[in-house]
Amino acid sequence: MRIAVCIKRVPITGGRIVLTADARAINTQHLGFTMSPHEECGVEEAVRLIEANKGDSVVLTLGPPEAVEQLRDAMALGIDRAIHLQTDGQEWDGESTAAALLDAIRADETSNGPFDIIFFGNESADSGGFQVGLRVAYALNRPCVTGLKRVTLEGSSVRCEQEVEDGRDVYVVPLPAVLTVKEGLNLPRYPSVPGRMRARSKPVADVTPARPAPRLELVKLLVPAGQGRRAESLGSGAAAAPAVVDVFQKAGVL
Amino acid sequence: MNVLVLMEPGEPSRQALTLARKFGEPHGLPVQAVQPFAPDALAAALARAVEELDAGAVFAAGTDRGNEVMARLAARLNLPLAANCIGAAPGDPATVTRLRWGGSLLEEARLHSPRPLVTVAPHTVPADDGPQPPTIEVGSPALGDLVVRVSDHIKPTNGGISLADAKVIVSGGRGVGSKEGFAIIEELAGLLGAAVGCSRAVTSAGWRPHSDQVGQTGTKVAPEVYIACGISGATQHMAGLKGAKRILAINSDPQAPLMLNADYTVTGDLKEIVPAISAEIRRARAGRTSS
Ligand SMILES: Cc1cc2nc3c(=O)[nH]c(=O)nc-3n(C[C@H](O)[C@H](O)[C@H](O)COP(=O)(O)OP(=O)(O)OC[C@H]3O[C@@H](n4cnc5c(N)ncnc54)[C@H](O)[C@@H]3O)c2cc1C
Repeated sequence: MRIAVCIKRVPITGGRIVLTADARAINTQHLGFTMSPHEECGVEEAVRLIEANKGDSVVLTLGPPEAVEQLRDAMALGIDRAIHLQTDGQEWDGESTAAALLDAIRADETSNGPFDIIFFGNESADSGGFQVGLRVAYALNRPCVTGLKRVTLEGSSVRCEQEVEDGRDVYVVPLPAVLTVKEGLNLPRYPSVPGRMRARSKPVADVTPARPAPRLELVKLLVPAGQGRRAESLGSGAAAAPAVVDVFQKAGVL
Repeated sequence: MNVLVLMEPGEPSRQALTLARKFGEPHGLPVQAVQPFAPDALAAALARAVEELDAGAVFAAGTDRGNEVMARLAARLNLPLAANCIGAAPGDPATVTRLRWGGSLLEEARLHSPRPLVTVAPHTVPADDGPQPPTIEVGSPALGDLVVRVSDHIKPTNGGISLADAKVIVSGGRGVGSKEGFAIIEELAGLLGAAVGCSRAVTSAGWRPHSDQVGQTGTKVAPEVYIACGISGATQHMAGLKGAKRILAINSDPQAPLMLNADYTVTGDLKEIVPAISAEIRRARAGRTSS
């Protein structure tokens, strides 16, 4: 079985988002980075499927040179190798991201055969375009099921559970397929120390796609105004309990 | 000029319709036209209607269904898609304002497209009370567009009050300290008839299931009162709280972002404060029944 997972490096923004002077990006000078939670679950699912069925797993990302950290994180969890589509740090829109990933996936499939499953996050944590996985699936002419909270192999098909308002919808689609997943699909493992060691020597293939002019072109970012909550102190410690109960009573919830 | 709107039942589609009117004369294609739900068949029907009406733009609500059908349409038509917009204006290029980071950040963008494809973030623009658009007939779908279709439905396991609908939520973060530490959170929730929520730090540690997580990659909530115990208030957590009417923060750090963005705060150790609140509720109730 062959599985690919596409991930994105995003900043850990903490309690307040600060923008760069030109307001075209988040000021990440003092921030750490991570892979988005949805994709972390995609990585975990890929590792579990390969553990159970044997085969080859590949993680792909389009991102700056530093995104190799997130590729290593995925390999520390058990992914076999990585493909890094290197950018100069500029943002790519969903359309161009999908096109570049598609090229890399096609090139890998030409040498190694088709992926049974390609995982994506349902939407990226930062730009939230909701489209990259679906575009890649359409170009490959493969079924794509989105927003998955559970994935089960059933012979040459995959049973997918999608979270909806009143429960879960079930889809069964033939492999090969493209699946976009959400956090909650599984509980990703923590990387072990030997896992981290092994990840250092796993192969990372670099490609440098050219960035097309974006058709969804970012002009500037804005931090929305706060909700104007007044932060009234009810006191400190256990002595504040009566004031809290007063608030509950006034709110009509007691 | 004609524009197309993918219509779902409910307010978000009426909001999308409101923005669509700025681009032209709307025609509606109901999501229920394909039963059971089959997103490729809907995208194909939209693509046909775009041709027939020579539609200048296509809109949908930025719901899960709306976003996925529109992304499939964008792939078919080889056009860009602007998802989760809170504003859009026609022009060459069209301009949009859209949500990033689950609403913690806004983006102004130009959409260079002969036919703008736009989804409208739910509950961000007021709906007008203009007329319902005429409905487009959907022909029978091609078999290939029915490979992805809903074949079964699982009802939610009745695990108490759902987070999304809860009137009161008692939510715990890393400050709760352990899985067992949630006993005092559950006790207070029980007394208030509240749902239990948590932060991602808690679900990552395996203390609570992901279905309890509030935030950008968890559930967006809209209770009368949200009680945040030992939660710092990262932007991704706050992204789930925009609909909360009142927020009470309990935290040992008075400078925690949640303490600055709450309506009421109590400073100190939640392990003392939460049981004291439960005791006070019991006392108030006992007083009420005895008087
Ligand atoms: C893309 C992305 C998506 C994310 N999505 C979500 C999401 O959906 N939901 C979410 O919650 N997070 C999400 N996160 C994670 C988020 O960034 C934070 O890491 C997380 O919310 C922190 O959880 P916390 O507040 O419980 O922990 P911490 O940030 O560690 O805060 C713990 C707080 O508890 C207080 N405390 C400690 N002990 C006590 C005590 N005894 N009494 C009182 N107070 C105490 C501390 O002062 C501190 O403020 C996401 C992150 C990323 C990058």
